[in-house]
Amino acid sequence: MPADHINQDDFEAKVTQSSQPVLLDFYADWCGPCKLSAPILDKLADEYKDKITILKINVDDNQELSQDNMVMSIPTVILYDKGKEVDRKIGFGGEQPYRDMLDKVAN
Amino acid sequence: MDIRNTIIIGSGPAGWSAAIYTSRAELKPLMFAGESHGGQLMLTTDVENYPGFEEGIMGPELMAVMRKQAERFNTEVFDKNVTKVDFTTRPFKVLVGDKEHQSHSVIITTGAKAKLLGVPGESELMGRGVSTCAVCDAAFYKDKVTFVVGGGDAAMEEALALTKFAKSVTIIHRRDSFRASKIMQRRILEDNKDKVDVMWNTELMEIKGEGKVEKLVVKNIKNGETKNVDTDGVFISIGHKPATDIFKGQVDLDDKGYIVTRLGLSAASIKLANAHITEDNGLLKYPTMTSVEGVFAAGDVVDFRYRQAATAAGYGTMAALDCEWWLEREQGIEVGGTAQY
Repeated sequence: MPADHINQDDFEAKVTQSSQPVLLDFYADWCGPCKLSAPILDKLADEYKDKITILKINVDDNQELSQDNMVMSIPTVILYDKGKEVDRKIGFGGEQPYRDMLDKVAN
Repeated sequence: MDIRNTIIIGSGPAGWSAAIYTSRAELKPLMFAGESHGGQLMLTTDVENYPGFEEGIMGPELMAVMRKQAERFNTEVFDKNVTKVDFTTRPFKVLVGDKEHQSHSVIITTGAKAKLLGVPGESELMGRGVSTCAVCDAAFYKDKVTFVVGGGDAAMEEALALTKFAKSVTIIHRRDSFRASKIMQRRILEDNKDKVDVMWNTELMEIKGEGKVEKLVVKNIKNGETKNVDTDGVFISIGHKPATDIFKGQVDLDDKGYIVTRLGLSAASIKLANAHITEDNGLLKYPTMTSVEGVFAAGDVVDFRYRQAATAAGYGTMAALDCEWWLEREQGIEVGGTAQY
């Protein structure tokens, strides 16, 4: 099951008020490295779904939220717990860095 | 354990070309494409100089097509990073974490990645206003002040990408002229002279900011003056370094870390070539072979001179043919098995 997409109007409900931690992937269709990270995040979304929700947001359609979150390079993933940013990873470095990030809050 | 005929490490144009040739030769190549597969072309937009695409092609799209072509002839591909190699014993060992693979030959096509300046603030603010890929990140700099460091084609492309979004684009270059190709220089210095400024003879000394880039400290090399300039972003485009960390001590590298082959681009490679020139009636055997018999290298991991998608594809082809001939003439081909992940 691939990761769900949200837009900035859903952010409050789906990220800030989420009962479990959320990893939000800021991406764009024109971004080469985002194409590398997408299938990995889809796979992890399924694997971690009981502990962490993985969501995606298109930066072109949601510029305001991207700016508010100081996203200046993609892919950027931000991990939120109880509505607060607890970690972020900028750029694509393969699957393991994502796993390390998720495992820190999953366990 | 199955012993493969050949393992290809790296998945840019050199790697895919080598895969296409060796798979069509029915060598059943195993390719470790790496987790960041596709290499530098994944960080580009329009590729206008790769022959065969009249209107140009997007870099990531070009890599996807090459991959499909290699897979059509049964190249076995894993998007895994090779963590260690052992070329001191035969068959060669290629490790992915704990998992060991064995092969009669190896083709190295790991390419190169962006070099950084190493100035204060650069790594701390990476992704927070410091970037090595304007074509990836330019859209975040709508109506912002930006700088590009460098003087080659890549720097010109970065500056052009930024002109579509940024309020201002200034290139910082330490010499008084660019080494970029004429067409790229013209696009910057003539076609976009109203949009792009150049600070000649200038070095970036430091990047400053709290949580994001705010200021640059630059120094004029001619008169030694330093000053602060306000900015929202700085794009580092000063060249590349070869991805050869895992090959240190396994094959000969030159002083910049590029793999040395017999195909003479440097004194070290000419020396290696000379040692093998007499083997084939005065002709050079297996030009793409490294200092280790049976290990070949191609593309940007070897080539500090041309560094084009088309030259890398050509190098990959040469390495594949050398590898095929070497396996056939010197080894006798065995059929490999199937790796599992």
